[in-house]
Amino acid sequence: MGMIDQYIYDGTFEGFLSSVFEVYERKPLVVKIVSERIATENFFDEEHIIYTDQVKADRVWKGIQTKIGKKAGDWIYRAFLSEKPDRERVLLRIIKKGFLGHRVTEDYADVDVLRLSNLVKMVGREKHRMDAFVRFKLTKDNVYFAEIEPDFDTLPLNAIHFKNRYADQKWLIYDRCRHYGVYYDLHKISYVKLEISKDINTSEAAPFYFTHDEMHYQDLWKNYFKSTNIPSRKNMRLHLQHVPRRYWKYLSEKQP
Amino acid sequence: MNFERIKEKLNILADAAKYDVSCSSSGSKRANKNKGLGDSSGMGICHTYTEDGRCVSLLKILLTNHCIFDCAYCVTRKSNDIKRAAFKVQEVVDLTINFYRRNYIEGLFLSSGIFKNADYTMERLVAVAKKLREEENFNGYIHLKSIPGASDELMREAGLYADRLSVNIEIPSEKGLKLLAPDKKREDFIKPMQKVKNEIIQYKSEKKLIKSTPIYAPAGQSTQMIIGASGETDAEIMYTSAYFYKQFKMKRVYYSGYIPISYDERLPSIGTEVPMMRENRLYQTDWLLRFYGFDIRELLNKEHPNLETDIDPKLSWALRNLEHFPVDINKADRRMLARIPGIGMRSVHKIIQARRYRKLNWEHLKAIGISMNRAQYFLICDSSTFETKDRTAAQLKSLIMGTSGSKWRGAYSNQLNLFGSNAPLTTS
Repeated sequence: MGMIDQYIYDGTFEGFLSSVFEVYERKPLVVKIVSERIATENFFDEEHIIYTDQVKADRVWKGIQTKIGKKAGDWIYRAFLSEKPDRERVLLRIIKKGFLGHRVTEDYADVDVLRLSNLVKMVGREKHRMDAFVRFKLTKDNVYFAEIEPDFDTLPLNAIHFKNRYADQKWLIYDRCRHYGVYYDLHKISYVKLEISKDINTSEAAPFYFTHDEMHYQDLWKNYFKSTNIPSRKNMRLHLQHVPRRYWKYLSEKQP
Repeated sequence: MNFERIKEKLNILADAAKYDVSCSSSGSKRANKNKGLGDSSGMGICHTYTEDGRCVSLLKILLTNHCIFDCAYCVTRKSNDIKRAAFKVQEVVDLTINFYRRNYIEGLFLSSGIFKNADYTMERLVAVAKKLREEENFNGYIHLKSIPGASDELMREAGLYADRLSVNIEIPSEKGLKLLAPDKKREDFIKPMQKVKNEIIQYKSEKKLIKSTPIYAPAGQSTQMIIGASGETDAEIMYTSAYFYKQFKMKRVYYSGYIPISYDERLPSIGTEVPMMRENRLYQTDWLLRFYGFDIRELLNKEHPNLETDIDPKLSWALRNLEHFPVDINKADRRMLARIPGIGMRSVHKIIQARRYRKLNWEHLKAIGISMNRAQYFLICDSSTFETKDRTAAQLKSLIMGTSGSKWRGAYSNQLNLFGSNAPLTTS
């Protein structure tokens, strides 16, 4: 068996596209694209570090959009955000098939297309959940602040949704798992890295960060949530199916 | 803002509004404009779910629960001894804006008990919507209740601010209405529906000519019927529903299993179980009419005035019409694919896309995600192994029910036990 070439990139989408560029450039026999976060040393593989190159990434991206289609581009990006360990393998195969003229957003009986569409569906569902489950709290600095811990890296998708919706208020959404946030300053969104104190949400510390009215509105919302329930139709299984426990942490209506 | 007083009102007026099941926030085309607040151009969002599993998308409240009417089925009826409250217009506006800014809701669903008269009430509902749109530059979703008997002029204004308007017909038949709400007339419900339908048509046609024509109730109108309060058959309910879809171009008809709230002897007594299974079957039927191309007469008719409770209406239809099966997955048109039990519209779409590239076999169909335990008896595909036995409808039903884990199973067997019967689920 021949050597497998392992292309190690920085884990960004641009880095992945740069790796795809190198695959077409260097034409390795067997290649594995691996994010540096999960790359492990392997005696049988030959490692190559791929540097993220915006120009190369743009060329691949443009190629995908014009040759395979806008929808396929969107799918590839969304599937990438899933962070699943097989994403690079599936996406490279999809891109290769796409450049050969295969319709990668339609042929559901093809294993790679099916996997792609499943990843897209998973990411889309999580994105939609975050659009729904973000709970802003008004800080004393007049910024609406929310924290999330999504299963996948959906924040870049959510940012667009919230920018269209809350055009007249400053907001910051922070991903606690991936340690970055998106801040909207009434004009544009920007990606931010920041240290956020762990106690920001606990009841003793909250009044220090948030406005006086904020506590009242959370209380009103919790009350509304209770009043709108119909006890004689109680169905906790259905409730948990829609609002799994792992999301409760940041839902004001689910706090004690 | 006096938060304690607001809390008290909110508890009363949210509690009174919760029997209205619509919580849809989709179908509008209102985008954010002039960097204002909100956007309702996308798909609807359920921000949370109640413990009974219903979507919470809108702040759903009554403006007041004072009411001059005495409809037996309604908690807010005049003769009911309950706490009454009323919001001020500004209070509703503040609540909506502050909930919206925190991403709790997609918008407001405002209804009301009828105080003084229809127009007086409708005027106040319109005032809330107008304030939200014009003073707060709010582009979130607004659903207003049309008050039966409100004037055409007010209904026209309402549609300019609201995304959706609805009048609840509540009782599916006229005889039921006469019994349970003797002061209400069917015409009073119909009049605002007719007006809204005509305005939607008119504004749409004007918009084609003049771009600046404002949008009128872009998410259309809906209505609701109470199920199990007045003795109608499923056929009566669904024929009424089909009539409303057709006659008034309704976006949705909702079915609400009656929740006993009164000792009135004209109604099921308190403690009677909410007919949730029946409600579910009616919704399935509604879906078959709107998305699957079924005609109401195929599903419910003189011979079959009620839906079967133990199987879904599509399977029920298939078992009564076995001559149409098996369907060839690789050749059948969209309409017939949609009629195969266990295949939903999403799968139909995927099948049609995928079969352009190869003939589909069982493995493909499984991967696409169709429900095999039902579908396998009704289709053929590119494979040599098939269900070849010629089975009767009753045999098929018992086979399918033996392997399917319906979410209603518990409820169904409980009901059987209630009547002390150990009869098998199928008739043969």
